[in-house]
Amino acid sequence: MEVAMKNTQNILSKIATNDGHGENSPYFDGWKAYDSNPFHSQHNPTGVIQMGLAENMLCFDLIEEWIQANPAASICTQQGAADFRETAIFQDYHGLPEFRAAIANFMSQVRGNRVAFDPDRIVMSGGATGAHETLAFCLADPGEAFLVPTPYYPGFDRDLRWRTGVKLVPVVCESSNNFKITMEALETAYENAKLANIKVKGLLITNPSNPLGTFLDRETLKNLVTFITEKNIHLISDEIYAGTVTTGDEFVSIAEIIKEEPKCNLDLIHIVYSLSKDMGFPGFRVGIVYSYNNTVVNIARKMSSFGLVSTQTQHMLGSMLSDNKFVDNFISESRTRLAHRHDMFTRGLAQVGIGSLESNAGLFFWMDLRRFLKEPTFESEMTFWRTIIYDIKLNVSPGSSFHCSEPGWFRVCFANMDDETTMTALRRIKRFVLKNKMLEIKTMRQCWQNNQHLRLSSRRLDEMLTPHRMSPHSPLASPLVRAHN
Amino acid sequence: MAIKIVKAQPPVELSKIAVSETHGENSPYFAGWKAYDENPYHEKHNPHGVIQMGLAENQVSFDLLEEYLASNQEAASWGKKVSGFRENALFQDYHGLLTFRKAMASFMEQVRGGKAKFDPERVVLTAGATAANELLTFILANPGDALLVPTPYYPGFDRDLRWRTGVEIVPIHCESSNKFQITPEALESAYDHARSMNMKVRGVLITNPSNPLGATIQRKFLEQILDFVTRKNIHLVSDEIYSGSVFHSDEFVSIAEILESRNYQDSERCHIVYSLSKDLGLPGFRVGTVYSYNNQVVTTARRMSSFTLISSQTQFLLASMLSDKDFTEKYIKINRERLRKRYEMIVNGLKKAGIECLKGNAGLFCWMNLSPYLKEATREGELEIWKTIMEEVKLNISPGSSCRCSDAGWFRVCFANMSEETLEVALTRLYEFMDRWRRDRHVLSM
Repeated sequence: MEVAMKNTQNILSKIATNDGHGENSPYFDGWKAYDSNPFHSQHNPTGVIQMGLAENMLCFDLIEEWIQANPAASICTQQGAADFRETAIFQDYHGLPEFRAAIANFMSQVRGNRVAFDPDRIVMSGGATGAHETLAFCLADPGEAFLVPTPYYPGFDRDLRWRTGVKLVPVVCESSNNFKITMEALETAYENAKLANIKVKGLLITNPSNPLGTFLDRETLKNLVTFITEKNIHLISDEIYAGTVTTGDEFVSIAEIIKEEPKCNLDLIHIVYSLSKDMGFPGFRVGIVYSYNNTVVNIARKMSSFGLVSTQTQHMLGSMLSDNKFVDNFISESRTRLAHRHDMFTRGLAQVGIGSLESNAGLFFWMDLRRFLKEPTFESEMTFWRTIIYDIKLNVSPGSSFHCSEPGWFRVCFANMDDETTMTALRRIKRFVLKNKMLEIKTMRQCWQNNQHLRLSSRRLDEMLTPHRMSPHSPLASPLVRAHN
Repeated sequence: MAIKIVKAQPPVELSKIAVSETHGENSPYFAGWKAYDENPYHEKHNPHGVIQMGLAENQVSFDLLEEYLASNQEAASWGKKVSGFRENALFQDYHGLLTFRKAMASFMEQVRGGKAKFDPERVVLTAGATAANELLTFILANPGDALLVPTPYYPGFDRDLRWRTGVEIVPIHCESSNKFQITPEALESAYDHARSMNMKVRGVLITNPSNPLGATIQRKFLEQILDFVTRKNIHLVSDEIYSGSVFHSDEFVSIAEILESRNYQDSERCHIVYSLSKDLGLPGFRVGTVYSYNNQVVTTARRMSSFTLISSQTQFLLASMLSDKDFTEKYIKINRERLRKRYEMIVNGLKKAGIECLKGNAGLFCWMNLSPYLKEATREGELEIWKTIMEEVKLNISPGSSCRCSDAGWFRVCFANMSEETLEVALTRLYEFMDRWRRDRHVLSM
């Protein structure tokens, strides 16, 4: 008599049945709300606007223009058909030489040609998602850990931990100093790991940061390099947003730092890159592991068998990204458009006194909505978040899903929509804030009538209605720099 | 601020996975490739170079694909307007393009002559069968557990199933004495062996049609294997990446057919791996799939596929190609025919040289028997003749020992990754070599 496969739970692996996939995080609840009621300017103007997706849709016209003008880049066109066979058979995990050269070239141009990248160190992976997992497999054993500054991209919990068994130890960053990564925070995190008997194998930074939209200054980067060198641990620099820095020349890549520090142990330094954000190609799954450690290059390359980039895509990008004129123009135009969109938002938000962390990178804002919380707790943050999704109808991402230590911060994406939708989103925010203020005024008037705390109330009222810098002693004080016009 | 290196540190550690040899690249399977890379045959430029017969690639039907593209340029590239590019570039949903999943399901049905149905909702996309096999292993087994795999098997399994997963392979020994068929005794013996080493057995992984045997598993053996896994309450993974390369369509029985005939009773333990690398000859495009009859496996596999999605550009191209049923019908038929012809050519050529092969009916290779010619019936004897063939005959073929074959002297010889002319050259070289060898033996024995 056959034994039926009743209890599937026992029949699958621990990895398959645990929560490591991360999809039970609230980060995804907003998406579900969006999926069931997506905004469309004509067909569903009252739907949920997606502001939880960090995608870059601002420059597709430039790319489409290039594609039209370069039919040979596609192996499906008449002009490119001669390359079809060879491209389709090529499965060498080194990747097409033209592709690697083009990527190295692009990475360099994104960094203003201040550093050069070696095509032989370019290793493919299934998107940055795959790159992170590959590096975790290479650098750490199950049970060992990486330090990660908070707030950080929720996907790391899955990408670095799920199948690898590696742990993440947070390096807590605080709003009081604009979420800078301090040496104290690093040391604390390292010590905490030690106390818990967890071996730290590396530090993972995202620069420019998701969700903060800021990039690290030179001094911080050098401090980080000192720290990892002293502890003899790896440094992974996820630079997938490098091309979104609107003040391009100010961005400092880890690649530049190591040039300036000849005594730095290069075997510790690894960069993750991707074309998903800078170029807006998440569908093409172009992830890159760039390591200065020869063994890691070698092993990561072997592992890339599990996530190679389609040669059809390698072929096209090999052609596109070696067109220097196109790349130059794209990078500069993309920066301009991102800056413009960024300004539209900050201006709109300033009009209603909403501040955000000052930033000039990324595809999002790190918005300060602390004053809208009933209490400074994560429960309040979640409650308010539901208001944003279901009443204001915007899908934004709550700071808690990024492991932020303080409640009230939200990541709001702005590059995945057109100008019209941007205006609609801003209008909704303004409407909500004003409605909220009217309610507060009404409540406060009643308060005054009831308990005569006129002076305090009206001062607080004034503070709320005027978006000027607040007194540091005010309970509503925020350390953020005033949103600029 | 300069960084001071205080004292010589021990070199920074990498993971155990990184320093292990489980990636398998030091196996002789790959040594032949190096010889080929250093001295590759070319009809005109290097007629005395090494002919690559160690690579299971299908190059016999490219003209059909090229013809399709030439007449369907628009459909294949971004659709009618180039603005289709944008939607495509942004599409990163791990469910995969619906049109592509439908096309894959339909193609898999056609390959099986309509004898089994496939549901697009169960098609999970991965970047190649390499990723599919690893992904399934992560889902079905814990580190230290065992998968039973019939020998001889594809050398890549040692890496794909074991390297990062920590899962073990316990061989199911199949022997030349009964044509390498997978018997119930061999299954039980492997299972017991695993248990004796305190390993938990999680499943059986079969490749059907088999690599390297180049033969399909007969229905009766498939039924027995299914009964076995049911009895033991373990999984069955059927890697069917060569299903479109069967020379006569009625000779292939997919596990899908058997499950259908059993009304899908107890089918939750079964999973199929497929890919377009062999049947369509598109290994560069990285198109693999996990097809599972287990809902939880489908959901989990889909989530894991985030690490290894197929480029949306490629999904789009192939969705167009594979939903053209007239084209796929024609392709499958002609491809089969050409592979069969190649097979007959090589088998006859080898026969002339005095070499027998296992009777095959599928795949891109034949399983050649050189055991009568070994000095000793051992792995060393096999590697010795392999070296000779590589260095003197200048053919890169794959020794059975790299496929964990328990009988010495068998070799996998690929025939679909070259032109007919090159195959003739290879056969001539082999014929002359065997001729010389027999004469030398004759002289020695006089």
